[in-house]
Amino acid sequence: MFYREAGQFKTSYAADQQVFPILQDRIGVAVILGVAIFVVPFVANDFFLSAIAIPFLILALATIGLNVLTGYAGQLSLGTGGFMGVGAYACYKLTTIFPDVPIVVHVLLSGFAAAGIGMIFGLPSLRIKGLYLAVTTLAAQFFLEWCFIRIPWLYNYNASGAIEVPGRDLFGTMVTGASAGSVPRYFTVLAIVILLTVLVKNLLRGRIGRQWMMIRDMDIAAELMGVRPLYAKLSAFAVSSYLCGVAGAMFVFFYLGAAEPSAFSITLSFQVLFMAILGGLGSLVGCFFGAAFIWALPIILRAGPPLIGIPIAAETAFHITSMIVGALIVAFLILEPHGLARLWQIGKEKLRVWPFPYA
Amino acid sequence: MLYQIFVDPFVQMADMPDFLLQVIWEGFVAGVLYALIALGFVLIFKASGVFNFAQGIMVVFAGLTLVGLHEAGVPAYLALVLAIGVMAVLAIAVERFVMRPLVNQPDIILLMSTIGMTYFLIGLGEFVFGGEPKKMITEELGLPTGSTEIEIGERGLVILQHIDIAAAVIAIIMVAALALFFNKTRIGRALRAVADDHQAAQSVGISLNQIWAIVWFAAGIVALATGIMWGARSDVSFALEIVALKALPVLILGGFTSVPGAIVGGLIIGIGEKIGEIYWGPLVGGGIESWLAYMIALVFLLFRPQGLFGERIIERV
Amino acid sequence: MRLKSLIAGGILAAMASTAALPVFAEDSVYVPLFSYRTGPFAGSGIPIANGMSDYLTMLNERDGGINGVRIAIEECETGYDTQKGVECYEQVKAKNPLVISPYSTGITLQVIPKAGVDKIPVLSMAYGLSAAAVGNVFPWVFNPPATYWDGASAIVADIARREGGLESLKGKKIGYIYLDAGYGKEAIPLLEDFSRQYGFELTLYPVPGKEMQNQSSQWLNVRRDRPDYMIMWGWGAMNPTAVKEAVKIRYPMDKFYGVWWSGGNDDAAAGGEDAKGYRTLNFHGVGSDYPVIQDIKKYVVDAGKSQVDPAKFADNLYNRGVYNSMLIAEGIRRAQELTGKKVIDATDMRVGLENLNVDEARLKEMGMEGFAGTLKLSCADHSGHHQVYVVEWDGKDWQKSGDWFSPMTEVVRPMLEKAAEEYKAANAPWPERTEPCLSN
Repeated sequence: MFYREAGQFKTSYAADQQVFPILQDRIGVAVILGVAIFVVPFVANDFFLSAIAIPFLILALATIGLNVLTGYAGQLSLGTGGFMGVGAYACYKLTTIFPDVPIVVHVLLSGFAAAGIGMIFGLPSLRIKGLYLAVTTLAAQFFLEWCFIRIPWLYNYNASGAIEVPGRDLFGTMVTGASAGSVPRYFTVLAIVILLTVLVKNLLRGRIGRQWMMIRDMDIAAELMGVRPLYAKLSAFAVSSYLCGVAGAMFVFFYLGAAEPSAFSITLSFQVLFMAILGGLGSLVGCFFGAAFIWALPIILRAGPPLIGIPIAAETAFHITSMIVGALIVAFLILEPHGLARLWQIGKEKLRVWPFPYA
Repeated sequence: MLYQIFVDPFVQMADMPDFLLQVIWEGFVAGVLYALIALGFVLIFKASGVFNFAQGIMVVFAGLTLVGLHEAGVPAYLALVLAIGVMAVLAIAVERFVMRPLVNQPDIILLMSTIGMTYFLIGLGEFVFGGEPKKMITEELGLPTGSTEIEIGERGLVILQHIDIAAAVIAIIMVAALALFFNKTRIGRALRAVADDHQAAQSVGISLNQIWAIVWFAAGIVALATGIMWGARSDVSFALEIVALKALPVLILGGFTSVPGAIVGGLIIGIGEKIGEIYWGPLVGGGIESWLAYMIALVFLLFRPQGLFGERIIERV
Repeated sequence: MRLKSLIAGGILAAMASTAALPVFAEDSVYVPLFSYRTGPFAGSGIPIANGMSDYLTMLNERDGGINGVRIAIEECETGYDTQKGVECYEQVKAKNPLVISPYSTGITLQVIPKAGVDKIPVLSMAYGLSAAAVGNVFPWVFNPPATYWDGASAIVADIARREGGLESLKGKKIGYIYLDAGYGKEAIPLLEDFSRQYGFELTLYPVPGKEMQNQSSQWLNVRRDRPDYMIMWGWGAMNPTAVKEAVKIRYPMDKFYGVWWSGGNDDAAAGGEDAKGYRTLNFHGVGSDYPVIQDIKKYVVDAGKSQVDPAKFADNLYNRGVYNSMLIAEGIRRAQELTGKKVIDATDMRVGLENLNVDEARLKEMGMEGFAGTLKLSCADHSGHHQVYVVEWDGKDWQKSGDWFSPMTEVVRPMLEKAAEEYKAANAPWPERTEPCLSN
């Protein structure tokens, strides 16, 4: 009815191969972007932007990074937190060494540091597979965490061992540091996330992305058909770590404001992994769903009862939230093991044939 | 520098042999405790192919149930029985509400479901027992406390804590019992059949649901034993859940399906990381224990990608 | 279009939250308390949260608040996690809080730069950034009654007293075992400086947060190095484990000092009788023999308005929470005096805290005679460098050992000034203090 591609004819290869071949999808994406750019910052309050929207976007980017590696290239990783940390510390070093360069440039550059480290820890993946590889990435996670504590150069010999984000501006508005308002920070984060998502989307449609998926589905067959595993796996590690690094830099610079090494602990790795699996491995839109689910749900659950006038002790809300989130994860998996993205797809299928049950 | 890395630690070892023995003993005990956690993982992985992430929180939960019941005025041994009962209920619930609906799903989904369970159990545990760490009721359970000192040479001294000896003994008994259970009993054979091939096992009349409930219950008992031992060494608290991650490198070394592998892997990791931390740690500022275990596992893996006791991986296209 | 509905729902929820902010009664002030009753540090967090809430509740019940202004208390659960801390901060910021008590050095470090911008004072009682004691650099941050550096210097002073003077520290070995995070590292610069100054040897034993309950390596090292004294900066599950391990390696417990945060009753009880002699610093009374604690019992605990487990009522960390809330209440009272307003706001609260003056007479009025020492803050000094005393574990409970004494403030103060300048330089451009100094 509303979601039919009937009558939309493709007359060129370019039109046939575009990202959103269906007009309604294009309209939908435009509406979502429009809401994100023109509505959210102007109607949402400070708390929504600072505590929900900004971290949600940043973690969605980290989830995309993990998804490139796990969902598209089939290499399970538990080192996301560590790679995010590399990005954050790299960005901190860069911005303290070159204070005059715009901060966004540093954020985007810091991803390369993470990419380099990621490739080093990706090397064992040529020999080690599956759950065994997860331990390699765990080694990366714990080793990196230890480095953040033990190498004082990384935090400029700060006595407390924490990194404090300096105030930096962009076109005359403060975007980092304590005096940066939530709206400019939101816009910066949104811009970076949109830019990188578009890049990744196109990477996945291209030769590299298809090679990753071949490696994921059957590495030996892929190798026989001429995909070089070294090149494919390491490029997946590099791209994935780059995205995680940028996300980590943004996490500290636009959200936390200061960070101790414990901010990049294994907990963060797991958080991002849940987002990827729950959203749907091998799906970009799923990353956003997963991040929204895992990040925003607990906050809404915690903030909800007091708002509607149910007095509930802070820690009880915490326990109940934890239980609900756990139960929901299990329920979702039973309902739809392939994640929220698959539910989304089914919903779209249903819409196409609506009002008829089948077509 | 080279001297410090390659010679000095060994000089130190030779200098104080009693201290070296003490380090090895501590590593041995830590290894036994890691192996206990790993056993729970192995049990479930063997029978259902599920990587049970919730094993760590099950350890905490079992320990908390035991201590919590005792605090509520239940005598120690009765509390122990009741805690075993609670683990049985948990096993049946897990099988009924989580495993059964997810049968035949890919591994990563099953892993994710156990992560969901972890969240649930953390919430439930804190809700019921509160978040304070609790003291393990070591004496009430009749576990030995105190220590024995062995004098070596002139002024050498090795201190053996009785509770550590008890932990080692209990671990050995459990491994022996599990080995017997797997090899000599009907249920054990059924378990191995299920591990080999679900469908074939079902076709000869083995009930998958029953088997899984039994396996989870066995893992629950292992978790309770682990909880008692870890709790006696420090406290029963939710921070223990993080320690459970140490079981991963142990599993990697021992292979995911091997009970003796879990023990050997545990000992290698335990002793290796202690010796590394004590003799080489100071060179880089200490605290290397947090990642050394994973590095040890990684080095082993590079030479044997299937772990020490894992079956050889043969890939076909 | 689930995403759209999700965003719309989010926006709606956000709008609802602005609309449905709890409307506090005309004459009440809002005091959020960051607490952690969950997570790995809950063991230390729970008694503190109870003490903090109960004292303020008691003021509401007994006196109807402070000068007739009720205190709207709200706990925000952080789980000692910095992410949640930021979330809590953003959440309470919207409700115009009088003061923020982060209760975690990590969270404190994050809110320090924000405090001056958002104009909300931060009260980090005896934790957080030591350098924040320099009020001219950190006008919005307060760390009374003493900084970590005061604490470390007090321990060194007490060791020197036992050894027979600071000169006799020469050639001694002092071990420092600490939680490897911002909190544990905070005391290192001072101890290193002292080791150069007084010629003792300092060895560091970091305990990674993940290995809190698995400290056998650190203590094996202690056994090998045989330091003459051990100093501990521990928190949560790290404390009882350390006490147990110390007992295990036969470390002489009377040579083992903990900072005030390593002095929970459960911490020492883990070692039981064998931990006899373990000592920690303290800056307030223990037990319930004080009128103020009796009032809390009468108005709050017996009235069923407290979450405290009766067996743990008035233990060391509970009383620490009470002390913390006393500072908040006194800050409010001073602010009311100085501004003449009943219902004050965060800016007034800053002035109140800056002019905090708890003298003997005031202590007596509050029923805290002997519970705490006098404390006076000023614009330059946001810490007060309160006196401390040593408590000793007798196998069952903490006993006061020795008298109140002052930390080595004259040595510490210049170092604090230097550290504050360094912080300023590292975080340039750090805003200069513009807040006028209302001294009286």
